[in-house]
Amino acid sequence: MLERGLEEKTYVLNLGPQHPSTHGVLRVELEMEGEFITKADPDIGYGHRGHEHMAENRNYQQFLPNLGRVDYLHALAYNQCYCMAVEKLLGLKVPERAEFIRVITGEMNRISSHLLWLGAYLLDLGAFTPILYCFDDREHILDLLDRVTGSRLTYCYYRFGGVPQDIDEEFVAGTREFIKRLRTRFRDYDNLVTKNVIFIHRTRDVGIITQEQCLEYGLTGPMVRGSGIPYDIRRSEPYSAYPLFDFEIPIGSKGDILDRYLVRVKEMEQSLRIIEQALNKLPEGPIMAEKVPKRIKPAEGEVYAAVEAARGEFGCYVVSQGEVKPYRIKLRVPSFANLSILPELSVDTLVADLVAILGSIDVVVPEIDR
Amino acid sequence: MEFLTQMLGADVARMVVGLIAIIALVSVNALFLIWMERKVAAHMQLRPGPMEVGWHGAVQTVADAVKLMGKELITPTDVDRPVYHLAPIVIFLPVLLSFLVIPFSQTLIIRDMNVGVLLILAFASLTVLAILMAGWASNNKYSVLGAIRSVAQTVAYEIPLLITLMSPILMVGSFSLADIVAAQERYWFVLTQPLAFILYIVCATAETNRAPFDLPEAESELVAGFHTEYSGMKFGLFFLAEYTNMFIVSALATIFFLGGWRGPFLPGIFWFLIKVYAIIFLLMWFRWTFPRVRFDQLITFAWKILIPLAFANLLITALIMKLR
Repeated sequence: MLERGLEEKTYVLNLGPQHPSTHGVLRVELEMEGEFITKADPDIGYGHRGHEHMAENRNYQQFLPNLGRVDYLHALAYNQCYCMAVEKLLGLKVPERAEFIRVITGEMNRISSHLLWLGAYLLDLGAFTPILYCFDDREHILDLLDRVTGSRLTYCYYRFGGVPQDIDEEFVAGTREFIKRLRTRFRDYDNLVTKNVIFIHRTRDVGIITQEQCLEYGLTGPMVRGSGIPYDIRRSEPYSAYPLFDFEIPIGSKGDILDRYLVRVKEMEQSLRIIEQALNKLPEGPIMAEKVPKRIKPAEGEVYAAVEAARGEFGCYVVSQGEVKPYRIKLRVPSFANLSILPELSVDTLVADLVAILGSIDVVVPEIDR
Repeated sequence: MEFLTQMLGADVARMVVGLIAIIALVSVNALFLIWMERKVAAHMQLRPGPMEVGWHGAVQTVADAVKLMGKELITPTDVDRPVYHLAPIVIFLPVLLSFLVIPFSQTLIIRDMNVGVLLILAFASLTVLAILMAGWASNNKYSVLGAIRSVAQTVAYEIPLLITLMSPILMVGSFSLADIVAAQERYWFVLTQPLAFILYIVCATAETNRAPFDLPEAESELVAGFHTEYSGMKFGLFFLAEYTNMFIVSALATIFFLGGWRGPFLPGIFWFLIKVYAIIFLLMWFRWTFPRVRFDQLITFAWKILIPLAFANLLITALIMKLR
């Protein structure tokens, strides 16, 4: 520290890549003056696996499992987005029951992702206990999803034209029970966290994002909704069975990290509503489109499909040249754009605030690196 | 005892026996407290905690301590060696000495000094020095940040701590801990000084660097704070000091506000320990429930809220004492 000379006021602090609150392998290079940050520079790429390049070297079906590993926390949304893109290319119509199943499982996955975020975020703020309660709730989702998808984390459940396995009575009953249980849990979270004085003081007026900044940085998901822009792909570019359900898009007013927290918590409640409606309206019928070709070889063309993932807009741009392998797949991941605002938000804040802001962005680092 | 008395004289013998007893108490207490903390935390977090070693994991901490002692003591290359090695000892000695003046029961007190409270508080401030030494000598930015935080925090919280304790001292008119317990024969001071009790608990939590005021070792921000670079039993000493400090602040709360060793039926020492561990349980409850406050909020809280309140409490107490 002293080598830099006493006349220099700032020093560099390396936050990560191995640090309890960078959630994975993100490195943030901080220039600090005392405890205040003068400059923050996120350094990404530690988890680069080259998913986009992999796509060019395998056929359409073989790339499916990769999607569950881009953002492993909301894997089903990524599954769905890629399937939607290929279905568009092939001109497949997904049966209604399959769409309902996709919505139910996708929303459950969103809740599990938000629950994990909730626990980890409070851990960043120094409250250790909530994460274990969140994991306890999340465990039920994982068990239920394990029943239909066959895996607990890196799901690969959707197929081009539908889903491979139907949901059964036990899953429906278990899900209903889970909804009831989580609603009572939300009351506890509300009492112990949302109304906690220390929590409110830590989060209010910290990391404020204005609406202009949201647009400038291309933020999506709870980040923009926290600033008061009701932008949700499920509503603005409806896909799957979402237009059939009644749900609200929670928005914040100020755009501080407390608003983002509230938006995510309310989103979980809305997801529960969607699941409930979908279970009530669940139609009978096939779960796979007819005439799905054994060998996927779409005609030449380019498509873009987007879904609302837990962290924001996930887009999949597929270029086909009429071969069994895609020519190029571009994955538009929300965390990458969302993280880009960190340097601007963290100037003149304390390390504690930086950790809180980073937590409120809810990055999944492997998703950024792809 | 008799042999020692003959050889060293009654006074010195008392000190030797006392010190041995203190060291035994400190180790057993720390082992018990760590187990208790793990169990309390576990049950608050929907999990059983250690279950395998001994009854409900009761010997788990012994196993952990053995592991710590068996570990290699790693000294990072660029540390300031003498200071780095001295810090764990400096943090441990004062907490050991604080036990000298604590009245565990009517008779069980090693030395009843007329400046007992001041002695404990003076020793407590020494831990800051050790933390600063550890943080600075480690040559690690996280450690230095932790040490700086610790100094600012302890300096800020020692003031209200002392001032809140002044109110009961005014009522008794003595700094001796035994006198203070003796004065609570009819009622506990928590009844006449409720505000002071609450202020004391808040300050004590901050003084022992525990959540929600655990900024010097804030895990999600500073990794492990001032003891990031310590391993093996050196880390163990910091750990030991933290838990012993908890015991001391809780013992002070018991003596000042909960009537010390007073209680029906059971011998004094049992009542004393029951009360102390009840307060420690309260501190653990805080730790596993609250998020951490931010550093500037912590300092603001001390200077703008705690110190004025403590002074107001002291003034009102003084006024009432004068009018009576």
